[in-house]
Amino acid sequence: MTTAEWLDIGWVDQIPVRGSRTVQVEGGDDIAVFRTAEGKVFALLDRCPHKHGRLSQGIVHGGAVACPLHNWRISLSTGEALGEDKGCTPTVPAKIDGGRVLICRAGTLKAAA
Amino acid sequence: MEHRPLKPDADTREHLVVIGNGMAGCRAVEELLARDPSRYRVTIFGAEPRVNYNRIMLSPVLAGEKCFDDIVINGAAWYSDNGIALVAGDPVAAIDRAARTVTTRSGLSETYDRLLIATGSDPFIIPVPGKDLPGVIAFRDMDDVDTMLAAADAGGDAVVIGGGLLGLEAAHGLSLRGMKVTVIHLMPTLMERQLDEAAGWLLKNALEARGQTILTGADTAEIVGDAKVEGVKLKEGTLIPASLVVMAVGIRPSVALARDAGLAVGRGIQVDDHMVTSDPAVLAVGECVEHDGQVYGLVAPLWDMCRSLADGLVEAPTGYRGSVTSTKLKVSGIDVFSAGDFSGGDGCEDIVLRDASRGVYKRVIVKDDRIVGAVLYGDTADGNWYFDLLKRQEDVSDLRDLLIFGQAFAAGGGAADPKAAVAALSDDAEICGCNGVAKGQVVSCIAKGAHSLDAVRGTCKASASCGSCTGLVENLLALTLGDDVQSGPKTMCKCTSFGHDDVRREIVAQGMRSIPEVMQKLHWTTPDGCSSCRPALNYYLLCALPGDYVDDQQSRFVNERLHANIQKDGTYSVVPRMWGGLTNPTELRAIADVVEKYNAPMVKVTGGQRLDIFGIRKEDLPAVWADLNAVGMVSGHAYGKALRTVKTCVGSEWCRFGTQDSTGLGVKLERMSWGSWMPHKFKIAVSGCPRNCAEATIKDFGIVCVDSGYELHVGGNGGIHVRATDLLCKVATEQEAMDYCAAFIQLYREEARYLERTAPWIERAGIEHIKARIVDDAMGREALRARFLFSQSFSQDDPWAQRAEGAEAEHHAPMARFIPQGEIA
Repeated sequence: MTTAEWLDIGWVDQIPVRGSRTVQVEGGDDIAVFRTAEGKVFALLDRCPHKHGRLSQGIVHGGAVACPLHNWRISLSTGEALGEDKGCTPTVPAKIDGGRVLICRAGTLKAAA
Repeated sequence: MEHRPLKPDADTREHLVVIGNGMAGCRAVEELLARDPSRYRVTIFGAEPRVNYNRIMLSPVLAGEKCFDDIVINGAAWYSDNGIALVAGDPVAAIDRAARTVTTRSGLSETYDRLLIATGSDPFIIPVPGKDLPGVIAFRDMDDVDTMLAAADAGGDAVVIGGGLLGLEAAHGLSLRGMKVTVIHLMPTLMERQLDEAAGWLLKNALEARGQTILTGADTAEIVGDAKVEGVKLKEGTLIPASLVVMAVGIRPSVALARDAGLAVGRGIQVDDHMVTSDPAVLAVGECVEHDGQVYGLVAPLWDMCRSLADGLVEAPTGYRGSVTSTKLKVSGIDVFSAGDFSGGDGCEDIVLRDASRGVYKRVIVKDDRIVGAVLYGDTADGNWYFDLLKRQEDVSDLRDLLIFGQAFAAGGGAADPKAAVAALSDDAEICGCNGVAKGQVVSCIAKGAHSLDAVRGTCKASASCGSCTGLVENLLALTLGDDVQSGPKTMCKCTSFGHDDVRREIVAQGMRSIPEVMQKLHWTTPDGCSSCRPALNYYLLCALPGDYVDDQQSRFVNERLHANIQKDGTYSVVPRMWGGLTNPTELRAIADVVEKYNAPMVKVTGGQRLDIFGIRKEDLPAVWADLNAVGMVSGHAYGKALRTVKTCVGSEWCRFGTQDSTGLGVKLERMSWGSWMPHKFKIAVSGCPRNCAEATIKDFGIVCVDSGYELHVGGNGGIHVRATDLLCKVATEQEAMDYCAAFIQLYREEARYLERTAPWIERAGIEHIKARIVDDAMGREALRARFLFSQSFSQDDPWAQRAEGAEAEHHAPMARFIPQGEIA
């Protein structure tokens, strides 16, 4: 349920396992919401720190996503580029409650702004 | 059930009333008695007409390994010996906190000084039609077991909804008692909360081998039947017959009594570190409580809670700090174990050991030199050791290299150096179990000149099969040769010690059918691979099992998942197929309309004689495709590791130099080859004369027409390293040109490594090898061609048409829209 703190964006099984869906934010950038093989959800600004690739379109493996443009690996939990690359994508707190995916309202506004 | 008088005369002690005669309630009383046996007068209310028994052991009772008496924890004598009054079979219906009384369903009332709520949890019943039919039960108490035993006596079909521990135990028990069992599980893998994907996959395979039917990713629509249950219907339409349905989809803290009494309740009854609720006179313990935001469904935290509770009750408070949990279970006789956090993430390193021949999978997750989680399948002997290291937050950096081999190996003899451990092995110690190679044989083969892993694999066969002894062989190389070790073949990626060719060979040899299966059998060192190996494995399986393998969309690069080319601004470009570079007014009009309708900022003529429409939004792709499909245009696969274009010149039909119908042949080749997946992109061209206007000699397969027939060229590339083709051969007829092309494509599909174009493949394999397979071996050529055409019979469905009709719409639509001033749409 959407509250002052959390935005209810849908059922968790609407996101493919090892995949991602986006949330459009009016007046801002999209938020990418990921679901890992372990069943956890993470939300990040849908923009690679490198050349702004759409992370939602990358291959999800372990706790990271590979950007579709140049294969940078971005940590889903911190938004940090992994390995030799340097850079960070804003993250948005996300959780599953009763099968629904909730993302933090304030975090969404801050990341998408 | 008989019970003692509730208030013996002259007993002026404080009265502790316990609601719940289960594991938590009675354990709390035991802990209290151990500290001060005379402090409280105790009365216990239980809903079931039984003494205190071990609920965890219901599964062995169902399986016929134990009877009820075996699982009793505290029999009638315990209550009488300790002066405890038991009211069993008459559940408490209400709590009056103002009057400090509890009242049972039959009307019996009792006052308390301290109240302990230990109501445990209720099974969650999914709200589908038919859930109340006779024959639909949970798996929570002895009555449920009795119902199941009665059903099993009658035989027939049973459905268990829920592939968690409880559901699988119910399924196992029913299966042992002769019922035909189907397990329906909503999630993609079994026991996803305790096991990672790899272990879940192993478990599913093992249970299926034991005769159960396991349906994952299956959602129950309704339970059907008139007077009693007759079957379960899934959302996708399948009807599974059943005379018994066991719902084991989860449990919820049983909080109704507490909520009605006005106590603070979140997910469970909220308690502090001393298990005291929002009312200081009322305590709560077990599965019904929420502590620090956590609720627990395992037994170990419950014991921790009971200790803290008892300490508090005798005024020696210690405080409960939450529990780290581990699960060590036997599911259908299969050992599984998990502990801590196995979801991985930042700074976490996975150490994975897979032993396919023994059916073992072990994964230890290390962060900052400390174990944070572990998943074990098939061999759980070291579970407690890992859990102990985890709980103690022990620095494992010294054990790191040997950790995964277990306590005996890692901690034994102080041999913390893996090389020292290998050095200490005797000459007849077995190194490679698959091929029965002892250490002495490996060492002597190294001494005779096998100075690389590959050379060892090639000579004595050690590590040449499953690869699990690769580390041992590498250590032997290092021990024997010091710095003279030659680096081995390039591995596929960091997830495996195998190269592409080894993986492909084993996929075919062992008949592997899925990505998790390859990862298990070939000992992948990561739980679900990476963006390098997953697309490669997906391709190798697709190539090996045409028409049979189910493509894993999440293992495909974005362009192949969305059937369009991603551009740097996140929009896509769309290239419809123009057969042989031919088009007509209808197609051009449709393209022009699409450009205008979707405001495409640019249209470009490509080098492959097609039109590329730029700047299409992901959301608009299906509509664009529908418009193009309407005039008969299909996907050009400009985005795929697949046949791209067949470039042609106008040939003998128009050109005064043309020797053959190059355009017509190009169209035929494109009709034959479109839609096939390949190791990399693949370009064809047909030139009508040696002037070669279609640039056929820098294509993967190029045909140059001459008066006497067709020259077939292969392995050209116009990319970073320009490479002219090698001449394969010359053929006389158009049909031969087509047949050789099909055979060549299939050879490339079967032999090239993923992401290897034809040019580097031919340089590696040698044009003589290609000629031997395609030109000299007529039967082999025909077999290759037949395999290609068979594979093509499954791959020539236009992916655009499926999407335009609404398939996989989730790839194109956002999940939600958020308007900051409004709400979620």
